[in-house]
Amino acid sequence: MINSEVIKERIQIPLDADTLPSERIVYLDGLVAQARTAAAVFTQFTQEDVDNIVKPMVLAGLEQAQHLARLAVEETRLGVMEDKVIKNMVASEFVYNYIKDKRTVGVIREIPERNLLEIAEPIGVLLSLTPITNPTSTVLFKSIVAVKTRNAVIFSPHPKASRCCSEAVRVMYETAVKHGAPEGVFTCVESPTLPDNAYLMKHKDVGLIDATGGPGVVKAAYSSGKPALGVGPGNTPVYLEKTADLNAAVVDIIVSKTFDNGTICASEQTVVIDDEIYDAVLKKFAELGAHICDDKETALLERTVIDPQTGFMQPMAVGQKAADIARFVGISVKPNTKLLIAPIQGVGREHPLSVEKLFPVLAVYRARSVAEALKVCVEVNHAGGLGHTAVVFSRNEDVIRKFGEVINTGRVIVNSPGSIGALGAVYNDLVPTFSFGCGTGGGNSTTDNVNIFHYLNIKRLARRTQNHMWFRVPNQIYFNMNAVENLRQFTSRCTIVVTNAPLEQFGHVDIVRRNMCPKTHVHVLVIPDAEPESKVIAQGVEVLNSYKADQIVALGGGSVIDAAKIMKLKYESPDADLEYLAAPFLDLRKRVVVYPTEKTNRTRLIAISTTSGTGSEVTPFAVLIDKEHGRKVTLADYSLTPDVAIVDPQFVMSMPKGLTADTGVDCLTHALEAGVSNYASPYTDSNAMQAIRLVFKYLPIAYEHPRDAEARCMMHNAACIAGMAFSNASVGVNHALAHAFGARFGVAHGRANALMLPHVIAYNASVPTKFMPSPYTQGYVAHKKYAAVADLLGLGGHTTEEKVQNLIASIGRLLDQLAFPRSIAELGISKEAFEQAVPELAKTAFDDPSWRSNPRMPLMSEMVELLWKAYEGRGASKIASASQP
Amino acid sequence: MSATAIFLNIDDEHVVPVLQEATRGLDGAQGEMVLDFSSVRRINSRALRALEDFTRVANEKAVKIILRGVSIDVYKALKLVKLTQRCTFVD
Repeated sequence: MINSEVIKERIQIPLDADTLPSERIVYLDGLVAQARTAAAVFTQFTQEDVDNIVKPMVLAGLEQAQHLARLAVEETRLGVMEDKVIKNMVASEFVYNYIKDKRTVGVIREIPERNLLEIAEPIGVLLSLTPITNPTSTVLFKSIVAVKTRNAVIFSPHPKASRCCSEAVRVMYETAVKHGAPEGVFTCVESPTLPDNAYLMKHKDVGLIDATGGPGVVKAAYSSGKPALGVGPGNTPVYLEKTADLNAAVVDIIVSKTFDNGTICASEQTVVIDDEIYDAVLKKFAELGAHICDDKETALLERTVIDPQTGFMQPMAVGQKAADIARFVGISVKPNTKLLIAPIQGVGREHPLSVEKLFPVLAVYRARSVAEALKVCVEVNHAGGLGHTAVVFSRNEDVIRKFGEVINTGRVIVNSPGSIGALGAVYNDLVPTFSFGCGTGGGNSTTDNVNIFHYLNIKRLARRTQNHMWFRVPNQIYFNMNAVENLRQFTSRCTIVVTNAPLEQFGHVDIVRRNMCPKTHVHVLVIPDAEPESKVIAQGVEVLNSYKADQIVALGGGSVIDAAKIMKLKYESPDADLEYLAAPFLDLRKRVVVYPTEKTNRTRLIAISTTSGTGSEVTPFAVLIDKEHGRKVTLADYSLTPDVAIVDPQFVMSMPKGLTADTGVDCLTHALEAGVSNYASPYTDSNAMQAIRLVFKYLPIAYEHPRDAEARCMMHNAACIAGMAFSNASVGVNHALAHAFGARFGVAHGRANALMLPHVIAYNASVPTKFMPSPYTQGYVAHKKYAAVADLLGLGGHTTEEKVQNLIASIGRLLDQLAFPRSIAELGISKEAFEQAVPELAKTAFDDPSWRSNPRMPLMSEMVELLWKAYEGRGASKIASASQP
Repeated sequence: MSATAIFLNIDDEHVVPVLQEATRGLDGAQGEMVLDFSSVRRINSRALRALEDFTRVANEKAVKIILRGVSIDVYKALKLVKLTQRCTFVD
């Protein structure tokens, strides 16, 4: 009765195929060549072609289900014929039902919202190792799935199931070829040996190994160096919890554990039962035909069906009937006994029956609590069943979920039979399979139920995405002379005017007061005329809190407006961590840090600019000085953007000439850098171009004739318009260099920008040494955009190169008009001092986020070169004309 | 250098006999041989094997094989069985 000839599965397959005779190698090479040719032919098939082959194969599988099941039982002497018929039918019909409408050829999925297409590519030649326990059903399953995916298969069956497998392969092959499949689509190794498998696993033309069998087979597959799907042993823990439907649970367990005499590796191995129901459960098992072993019988089983040396099940018991096992072991049972149930006290080598048993012997454990039950299930899971299958019977959703969390298996079957449940599509919606992915716990790369998509290389055709862009500015911008009168419309209970001392002395604050909504209580906060530091921000927030302000009016240049932005942030969100919010980012939309949206206070920020350069009244940026660490903290977020901007030139009429020039050139640099930025858009371009035009026309006038109201007005507008451009397109390497150089040598920002500007234009207009990845732009266009600026300004030139040179020359003339130094050397900085500073300047500039939107990726060496060109000044700004893109 | 052109019909069933005939014709051939594949929509296993035999014999006899008008689908099948390296392709 007991099949003592079953091959011991736990054998290592030698990967050394040197023992193969040459004629055997010729034979195996021939099989692979046939399969390779078939696979090549298969690539020409359409979806309709393969579907027309698959359906007859499925019908053939159903027609031959009993014939093949009978052959399998006769040859292997394992399992139950009737159950193997069911397996063959599931492998055909249920698998077909799942795959019939699925696309496996050409485009298999379109994801328009992500601009993606998924396209199927067959693997080619598969080597399929099939097990002794489910021989014919595995062949049917893999044949059908292989044709559906246009692959050829070389079957290497378990040596003790080779005849029935060969017959299953013949049935599938003849049907497939009759309906158009390529000749050689399936082959089957005759009289397969371990060296055969070792040779085939390493064959250069085998694309994938799909190994179903014992751990030796699976390990060999994974060790071969080929991509492999390997399904090995399990050790299914079952938790039978006290709220479960006991009648249903006991029947399900018996159905599953006795199905094909327990040969499915997902079948139940140890049932952990709550103390409260333990006796009742065992009683039901007994009523339904199970034999409950006493201690002596359990000990007999332990010694007989488990190998004391290895701790694994004895192959002779695999797939045998419970009554036959009992007789062999020496346990007296009724003739129709379905199942032997053996109570165990723990898990591990001291408790031999806690391992996988592919026969109808089931261990049971009495658990005193849910915690103990889960712990024992975890122990069983880790005793050879990682990644495979687990089962829980319960009506308590919390228990079910907790079980799912603590157990590491690819399948957690709930309130249904483990073996048939894991196969999928019968008791649940799992993908039907005869190949269980066991995850990393089982040495596998997947926890899926293997099916068609594991037999395909899925290619993803990714179209360039038209990225969403943005144009974000304050809700309201009021401009031109006396625009400050618009303040009156903003009702406020208490407004804090943030400004600095000189502006208060000029009478600017009085103008603001006069234009406020009449009932507003106004408090003036005078801060130092310098970039704000933390102490100043803290004082401002204290004032805002003490007055419970609902409006802030920032009256000043960039520093004052920046201070007000940060005060508002800290006032509205006191827990905001400025250091954290200043974390670096590459793309504003994908940044890690999120600015606070929960607000303790709400206030309106109105920015009134008193210089014509920074554009801070419309930008989402603010700079804070960290005196403690001697550095600047740059904050950037659209939530920092003022709610209202007032661009009233009356506040700049008295700006000194030097400041007019510095801020005007800063404005020009903003516009030029935004214009060629990788984030530039038609929205920002229009602003950038307009700002450039206004600067060229009005900056010289405002500089020479400070009381010229039109020039002041237009320069004030230009600064705001350029601010809108770079708020959304950002700046570039010019600003990165100017920030570093200006901070190191105490040079005004506009002046530092001016020293770099001609050289940076020439640099950006040349063929980049390294292009900047930019999903927002099509091709390299910086030189063309500079040329467009030249055209706008009417600078002449026939070629792009000439136009860019004319623009550079024109900027040079503008800087001369503004009496700007044209080289760093002219500032009185010695060559030695500069040389010493350059490496650090380049590093600092490289850390500056400004250049990340530059059209050309600046290399560190190029930053050094640009700094030296700025040091030397005139004549150093030639574009690399010969190689212009 | 003499050139021989052999034209294959669209019917896949004729690819094999024509290739077998062409293989026999290699005995007296010199230089190069042109096979017009422009009518071949799909190639089957037998045809691939016949082409393998043909190119093997041609290589032994130092006859250059030129395949004309091979569709991309057929080309890919030839590529997978490593036949493309034995032939020259022209449109």
